Amino acid sequence: MQLEYFLLTAAALFCIGVYGLVTSRNVIRVLMSIELMLNAVNLNLMAFSNYLDPVGVNGQVFAVFVISIAAAESAVGLAIVLSIYRNRDTVDMEQFNLLKW
Amino acid sequence: MTLSEGVQLVAFGLLAIMMLGGALGVVLLENIVYSAFLLGGVFLSMSGMFILLNAGFVAAAQVLVYVGAVSVLILFGIMLVNKQQPFLPVKSAWVGKAATGAVCAGLFALLTATVFKTSWAFSPEMPVGDQAIVEIGKHFFTDYLLAFELASVLLLIALIGAIVLARRELIPDTLPGEDESEALQLPERPRQLVSSVAANTSDSDA
Repeated sequence: MQLEYFLLTAAALFCIGVYGLVTSRNVIRVLMSIELMLNAVNLNLMAFSNYLDPVGVNGQVFAVFVISIAAAESAVGLAIVLSIYRNRDTVDMEQFNLLKW
Repeated sequence: MTLSEGVQLVAFGLLAIMMLGGALGVVLLENIVYSAFLLGGVFLSMSGMFILLNAGFVAAAQVLVYVGAVSVLILFGIMLVNKQQPFLPVKSAWVGKAATGAVCAGLFALLTATVFKTSWAFSPEMPVGDQAIVEIGKHFFTDYLLAFELASVLLLIALIGAIVLARRELIPDTLPGEDESEALQLPERPRQLVSSVAANTSDSDA
């Protein structure tokens, strides 16, 4: 097994996440794309931890932190989506013009 | 991990195909419920990758937090925001999609070049394997103690923030001096008491 395979997979997953983040119209799909990107970063951290720092396992500690932050982000993000949906009655990203001038 | 090289390679290939196919489905499928379930599949195959990388504890945390909590949370979000609306077509949307696709492909090419150009400093030592959980605990309570405590505070803040943001505001329609007993109630049917229900059924039986 090679480190490069894991890094390439993580890069592909991250790029798919970026594409979904920019092109999605549905807010919930945007949140899912963010989760995909966070997972790609986690895979990178774990691959580095296994191949470059197998005794110190610093990468695994970082991955646990990223997982907890991602859970918090997802909860707050969905709460914001619900709140906007109640006010605007839509989930279309193109119709959200809050915070614009 | 005491698997042979070929088994590891085949497992990695299967997991990578599942993961990338699921991710493409998440981004490209029209129905968002399918996307949510495919996202759960992506998380599961990611935890399989973690097991291949000798990290059992993080794989278990991944299954617990992502598959168990985040996927269910997203499904609940989809059900709460269940609006079947056709999105209004945006003028020349394909330009944005094509530009984004080009940028993503360029980013992937750049990352690929970087991965293959860099000479990684591989460590000759064997991975600690299942002892990793002991090492993670030591890290949490020595050199990452501040980050650990801050993460717990952040989780508490996120919990309270999510409740505050998502809860329904009950604003009274009347001025404070007037009768406001009705306005603060949720519009729901009055509950029947259990004893009266039992009395009704016994009456109807008789």
